[in-house]
Amino acid sequence: MKLLTLNFLTCARKTCKATAASFPLHCREVELEQVEMDPNPLFIKNMLPRLDWKAMKGLTQELGLPQLPNEAPSEEELQGADGEPTQVLNDLHTLLMETSVVSGKLVCGNCEYEYPVKDGIASFLLPSHMV
Amino acid sequence: MDYLIRFIQMHESFRQLEIEALAELHQLQFEWLFYSNESPFAIIRFINTEDPEGAAKSLISRSILSLAIHELWGIGTDYPTLHADVRHRTQHLWPQYLHSTFRFEIDAFHGSHSQASQRAIIESFSYTAFQGAIRMHNPDNQFTVFEDYTLNTTVPKRVYHGRRVAESGRKAVTKYSLKKRRYIATTSMDAELSLVTANLTLAAPGKLVYDPFMGTGSFPLACAHFGASVFGSDLDGRSIRGKPDGRNVHANFTQYGTSPLYLGGFVADLTNTPVRAAGRGGGRLLDAIICDPPYGVREGLKVLGSTRAALQEVVYLSDGTPAHLSQSYVPPKKPYSFVRMLDDVLAFAAGALVDGGRLCMWMPVAGATAEDEGEEEGGEEYAVPLHPALELVGECTQQFSKWSRRLLTYRRLQDSVIDHDRLSAYQTTRSTAQNGTAESKGTADDLNDFRRKYFQGFRDPTIPRKHERLPHTF
Ligand SMILES: [Zn+2]
Repeated sequence: MKLLTLNFLTCARKTCKATAASFPLHCREVELEQVEMDPNPLFIKNMLPRLDWKAMKGLTQELGLPQLPNEAPSEEELQGADGEPTQVLNDLHTLLMETSVVSGKLVCGNCEYEYPVKDGIASFLLPSHMV
Repeated sequence: MDYLIRFIQMHESFRQLEIEALAELHQLQFEWLFYSNESPFAIIRFINTEDPEGAAKSLISRSILSLAIHELWGIGTDYPTLHADVRHRTQHLWPQYLHSTFRFEIDAFHGSHSQASQRAIIESFSYTAFQGAIRMHNPDNQFTVFEDYTLNTTVPKRVYHGRRVAESGRKAVTKYSLKKRRYIATTSMDAELSLVTANLTLAAPGKLVYDPFMGTGSFPLACAHFGASVFGSDLDGRSIRGKPDGRNVHANFTQYGTSPLYLGGFVADLTNTPVRAAGRGGGRLLDAIICDPPYGVREGLKVLGSTRAALQEVVYLSDGTPAHLSQSYVPPKKPYSFVRMLDDVLAFAAGALVDGGRLCMWMPVAGATAEDEGEEEGGEEYAVPLHPALELVGECTQQFSKWSRRLLTYRRLQDSVIDHDRLSAYQTTRSTAQNGTAESKGTADDLNDFRRKYFQGFRDPTIPRKHERLPHTF
């Protein structure tokens, strides 16, 4: 699961969703993988306004990855005058698209429930007393 | 100039909606001058464009349910009226084709010709006086005479002449054929309808599409074919993880060279979805949602949870550890109303789609055939689910021998045009329904008209296996 996808996911419990602590989920004992691929500047550009930047930044801190700036870059910062992708875009691409969680746990900051990740696939199934 | 779309004569109720979706995607405006579900030939006219030929190419390039688009050179109810129309529409164009190589074809729908009669038809167009060489392969231009016959008649009711402008995207149907795909299941949607559904979602480069019931990933794979980035989930984790030999959803993306577009799959239940709603710092996330929710024919639908009182509390194993933390723990599931599930999909879509984003959802029509009438009390046919924030763009129906299913397409309205009285009334009704206990007390049959109907009567051994939507197994 790409790190970008983590920005889409919160605790699955209905009672948690209203709380600020249920998003983002925290990575615990995670194993990361990096797979090189061609950048998709249009997609990154479209995703920027939809991302929770603070959550993204928190994630890089938690994982000990290169730090993100405090503010989300603007659309203009993604493309140089020559139309080529900028370093900002390439860094985002590496972080969001090339880096994946292979295994570990995603933990809710509110209820502490741990969602396991195995072979890159997270499970959000809840036991019945939590539904 | 006007344009002729040569459709395939199948899935008729999907054809116009597909072309209209592609027009919206490419920001093209056009009107239908002629369309009939009984004919593979339709005539359109572009509006507000300086480059209709470019528009025609864009419009058709991704279409699955058409073969090609042609510049319309004439229409007639017989050959004399066709020839008169061709002269009228195109005489001024003939000089520019004077020396180009060309090929001349006859496309007779429900009709056929001997070689001699084909030649006679082609020669009847000799007044255009083209002097270029005839080339069967890669000619500069291809001209076609289209004939539309009523079945079992010998004289066409309409004839058309056209110059081919561009081929459709239909080749993808062969490329994505389930026969060639590494990882499939009995429930995998066929390549053709997966690609059509992907077109209806307006999947395109730069967009984000989600399938909450992804199974072996047919829909996300089709959306990625059109360049969209995709992710999905399923209540049955085995369908995503796949087989021990490496056949899995990810392997399918690798097979088609679109793995950079696959953001990942996870195990989840739509009623307790981990996908965040908007307003948590970020905006609404999704450009499209595409899905074929399980119909629950075999086992009834399930959702996480249990109706057993004892399971409303934490269950401890004999060694004192909570059962749900054990490696082998299987969360219990309870019966779930199909109708409620559809409502959950719509509510989720309203919260997650960007303005103008689309939801494409398949559902069974159930019991709509005439022979079923009178056998049962009414109500077998599901109402089309609606949501105040979603505008129904269209419904398409696929008919099988004993049942049918339909594809519903919705568009997320801007908040400013949503009827807020309707929205608050909807939310009240919905929260009443959610807090009620009806669904937790009913049996799988009470909850699912389609399942009951399926077992009561219209089970027919002639229904091909693949059309029988197997439910998720647990
Ligand atoms: Zn939680």
